Amino acid sequence: MPNSILRLENLRKKFGGVVAVDDLNLVFNKGEVTALIGPNGAGKTTVFNLITGFVKPTAGTILFKDIRLNHKKPHAIAALGIGRTFQNVQVFSNMTVLENVMVGRHLRSRNGMLMSAFLPPMLRREENRIRASAQERLVLLGLDRYAHLPAGSLPLGNQRMLEIARALALEPTLLFLDEPASGLNARETMAMGELIHKIKSMNITVILVEHDMELVMDISDRVAVINFGRLIAQGTPKEVQLNPDVINAYLGT
Amino acid sequence: MKIKDYVGIGIVMAAVAVAPKLVGNEYYLGVLIFAALNCLTCTGLCLLMGYAGQISIGHGAFIAVGAYTSAVLTTKLGWSPWTAMGCGVILAAGIAVFMGLPTMRLKGHYLAMATLGFASIIHIVAVAAVDVTGGPSGITGIPRLQLFGFVLNSDTRNFYFYWGIVVAGLLLAVNLIHSRVGRGLQAIHGSEDAAASLGVNIAVDKIKVLVLSAVYASISGSLYAHYVLFIDPGPFDVMHSVLLVTMVAVGGLHNIWGAFSGALLLSLLPEGLSFLSEYLQTFDIRYRTDYDTLIYGGILLLIMLFLPEGLFEGLSRLLKTVFSLRRKWGGGLARHAE
Repeated sequence: MPNSILRLENLRKKFGGVVAVDDLNLVFNKGEVTALIGPNGAGKTTVFNLITGFVKPTAGTILFKDIRLNHKKPHAIAALGIGRTFQNVQVFSNMTVLENVMVGRHLRSRNGMLMSAFLPPMLRREENRIRASAQERLVLLGLDRYAHLPAGSLPLGNQRMLEIARALALEPTLLFLDEPASGLNARETMAMGELIHKIKSMNITVILVEHDMELVMDISDRVAVINFGRLIAQGTPKEVQLNPDVINAYLGT
Repeated sequence: MKIKDYVGIGIVMAAVAVAPKLVGNEYYLGVLIFAALNCLTCTGLCLLMGYAGQISIGHGAFIAVGAYTSAVLTTKLGWSPWTAMGCGVILAAGIAVFMGLPTMRLKGHYLAMATLGFASIIHIVAVAAVDVTGGPSGITGIPRLQLFGFVLNSDTRNFYFYWGIVVAGLLLAVNLIHSRVGRGLQAIHGSEDAAASLGVNIAVDKIKVLVLSAVYASISGSLYAHYVLFIDPGPFDVMHSVLLVTMVAVGGLHNIWGAFSGALLLSLLPEGLSFLSEYLQTFDIRYRTDYDTLIYGGILLLIMLFLPEGLFEGLSRLLKTVFSLRRKWGGGLARHAE
């Protein structure tokens, strides 16, 4: 029996009159890759935003290990070791690739404004450590040769990789990937699949939203299908593929 | 990057060291002292606007807070200028927190609106609170600054001291930019959501940088009061705040050196224009000082159209292109010669 890392209990979110997430109960297992799939507008990204604190739940509970995440701010949730990427890539285009990943080390040091402004020599060793570990992440994702380019100048595929590098710099135990393969070509998608395997082997639990079914079925240990904010099926990729409700949701009746 | 910034500070220090010898004239030394005050304010404003991406169009108000606190406490209560300056800093920082708390939670241009409103309020207070601020006739008899019993009573002394503070302000800003905190601020500018997802406490950090830039402005205001020795509401109107934003934008928002050079350039521009008007007079063309506004506007327009990254980065990009072209052409010519 694998132990759970994240539980959603009767999670509900209403935007005005629209119920985006409707009494969702889901358990995510530690060390697994779980894919959250469903038709467009099913509420997948809202689930991500609820868990990572960008949207406040209307009702229900989000439990990470034994910590209630409801009403925690995004930065506090990041501090618990939960990283994420965004559906429409959000690299810091005003910074270099390396600096982007260095921001990912934000929580690994504590120095404030006064210390940084007045006593930079005291921080030199720590700065070097931050730079070195950011560099490591870039090497891991094959982005090291772009380290000093402005992040906005990278092609989309590399920007998605950079977002993941940045999130990995946080040293998360749980990583959310919101459509990591969207906009990528076949070769880049394959590389993304390999990367997700690699992340899993680093003992990081991965939860992703993805529309590329080939990729989903290839990399996921478990798949959860939601439609209209409700869970309609879950199980191994095989089980889900054969589930008549899922076929219905995707193809219509 | 970091090394370039320290080289820049070295260049500024060298220029400051030789400038009084080169200028020689008390009047132009005074112009450079006013330029120093603008450079100091714009360095702080650049941290807020260029790095953290939060817009203030009322920074002149923080200058006014510093200037009036210094003037009132030294003339009416006889406090030491340094204590008064410290009180100005604390007051400006307090106001910044007060304005930041409600506006920084929101995305969008709420801070810009709040600061604009604050700037007009401060100006009105300066004009109307006659008992404290002296109203339109202002406050006279502000004492000079003293440094370890050394009175800053000549323009050369003031020049060195004021530019020393500018250099210190630049150094602190550069240190901050290349630190964890500075990266967090730039991340907020890049994407608030992404910054938050990496653990940057965006609401708190935005307030902190607003406070920091208010402190720069307040010190600049106190220094202004102790240099001019007389203040009235005139220089603290909303237009001055707009001019500060123009300085930062002309030089280049995203680079502390851009803001610095923009402040320096636009502070010296009126002198350049008065040269121009004298020159034009020899051709019997009348130049009126009203045209200054037109020229400021024209400069801003041209820069926004053709060098949107600001003069500093725009020109360095142009220079780079020219050099690489020359290398190409130079190489070609050399081959021809063979």
